[in-house]
Amino acid sequence: MYTFSSRLKIASIALMVIGALGIGFGFMSSHKSFQDVETMLSNETAHGGGHALETNAHVVAGDTNHTDNAHDANAHEALSSVEHKVDEHKEHVEHVQHQIANRPWSAIYVAAFFFMMIALGVLAFYALQYASQAGWSPLLLRVMEGITAYLLPGALIVLLIAALSHYIGHNNIFIWMDPEMVNPESDKFDKLIAGKQGWLNVPMFLLRGLIFIGGWSLYRYFSRKFSIAQDQADDNKNFKKNFRISAAFLVFFIYTESIMSWDWIMSVDPHWFSTLFGWYVLSGMLVCGITVIALITIYLKSKGLLPHVNDSHIHDLAKYMFGFSIFWAYLWFSQFMLIWYSNIPEEVTYFVTRIEDYNLPFFGMLILNFIFPILLLMNSEYKRIPWFVVMTGLVILGGHYIDVFNMIMPATVGDRWFIGIPEICSMLFFTGLFLFIVFTALSKAPLTQKRNPYIKESENFHY
Amino acid sequence: METSRVIHAIYTDDDVLMAAVKKVKAERYHIEEIYTPFPVHGLDKAMGLAPTRLAITAFIYGCIGLIVATLMMNFIMIEDWPQDIGGKPSFSYLENMPAFVPIMFELTVFFAAHLMVITFYLRSKIWPFKKAENPDPRTTDDHFLMEIPVTGDEKKLQDLLFETGAVEVNLVNNTH
Repeated sequence: MYTFSSRLKIASIALMVIGALGIGFGFMSSHKSFQDVETMLSNETAHGGGHALETNAHVVAGDTNHTDNAHDANAHEALSSVEHKVDEHKEHVEHVQHQIANRPWSAIYVAAFFFMMIALGVLAFYALQYASQAGWSPLLLRVMEGITAYLLPGALIVLLIAALSHYIGHNNIFIWMDPEMVNPESDKFDKLIAGKQGWLNVPMFLLRGLIFIGGWSLYRYFSRKFSIAQDQADDNKNFKKNFRISAAFLVFFIYTESIMSWDWIMSVDPHWFSTLFGWYVLSGMLVCGITVIALITIYLKSKGLLPHVNDSHIHDLAKYMFGFSIFWAYLWFSQFMLIWYSNIPEEVTYFVTRIEDYNLPFFGMLILNFIFPILLLMNSEYKRIPWFVVMTGLVILGGHYIDVFNMIMPATVGDRWFIGIPEICSMLFFTGLFLFIVFTALSKAPLTQKRNPYIKESENFHY
Repeated sequence: METSRVIHAIYTDDDVLMAAVKKVKAERYHIEEIYTPFPVHGLDKAMGLAPTRLAITAFIYGCIGLIVATLMMNFIMIEDWPQDIGGKPSFSYLENMPAFVPIMFELTVFFAAHLMVITFYLRSKIWPFKKAENPDPRTTDDHFLMEIPVTGDEKKLQDLLFETGAVEVNLVNNTH
């Protein structure tokens, strides 16, 4: 049995407190009045040289952002007529004001999604171990069960943030949640979003979200229950049940994961769509999940709590980290290259904003998520060295945080992004929450399954 | 060609063979060669063979392939004749790189795979029309053969080999 060490407990609570303070600060400092933003912008132009230049740049940015189509049309007209200059100025300021207000919402959403996706990735990997009847991994199944304990609260928080951004915020994350967007009478009316109204509407969004979370959590609940029941049983009935529900879950998962990625991530850019987006999100999810399994396994082993885990298990996890990092890069490149190559305006804007406004994070994450893992984990000796796997794992997790950041931020805050207090503190808060929930769950059951039919094979696993 | 005498010990089970190898090594005899019909897991470790460096060569070959692909396409598409083909930016290699990645990837794999295989052939001295070096045809079917050069007391060695479970121990004149 593992007992949640009091030092770790205090550390995770401290992270949550510091994070919560920073999140609160982020929300307080993002409420800027029209005048504030106007002064800020005129200060910026004073540095940048020339108001005309700034305006032009903004029109281009608005065009590529695609967050507000009606606004684009106005902006184009404004260029041709002088009397619209005032309107244009007002719109520009309001646009920037919105972006600033969106930042703490997006920061907390990115962090919440990042940790939710770790738990979900681990759950999928866990189900795979049962469905494939893997012989190496049963020793790690309890660690995975501990991590997936975060899924239910974590996923509900993600959905809650999305709902709150509509009900108490100003649709800060999902622009399509604004009812004005689909109202033909309004000057904010957006024909494209109105056309997608059948799918993208708030009640359906929330209902779908709850169905996904319900399905995942039910699997997690029953699998955990059977796993613990198997410890005391005198036959393999529970194991067989786990095998069956895992296979069924994997089918459910691959559908819901795709839809979840359209709903929770792709719809921040409601004018843009990509067919392989769901798998792209899935690959990132699996890398992060496996990395966290490796990190927590190494931590518990260093405390002497997983005596049977040997360096072959670490080696296998590191191989998965390596392989899925390459798989992620493959999907990233396939999505990017197909859109870059054909250069269709309605698709390519997605990457134009990211390359122009997010150059360093956009290409930097390729180095963190692909080049680093491929070079560091290529050598099979290195994959057996715990500290080496930990260092690479931290690089991968950092890289995938930036990946989620790149998926959300350009649509909500545009070029007003920065990794500052709201972003860092959101991450600290959710790190604390994640550690607290995961290690509490780990202390609820023995760290090794007793009567798993493959446990002996796993204990003697040697690569 | 030098002529020396070797002992061929024949086994019929890979587990017995593994135990025999450990015993013979413990008695500090030098094992010249072992012939098996299929890979025996852990035999190289028991014999104390050095690990292969084939993977390292493959990595180097892959890097060479990547460089070849890059230099080739940079010369052809950017330096030699930078045409406008469908509006793709041929001003610098980096600007048009996504279009080159599939070829860079394939050539990396091509070089790594083929040169590694050729290295393997060269190092293990295999080629078409090579005369098979097989001391006993049964070793390609279901027998395992351990070859030990005779240096001192051959009776003692023969007894040791029978003790380890050899079904047959032959003293032969080796001619290679």
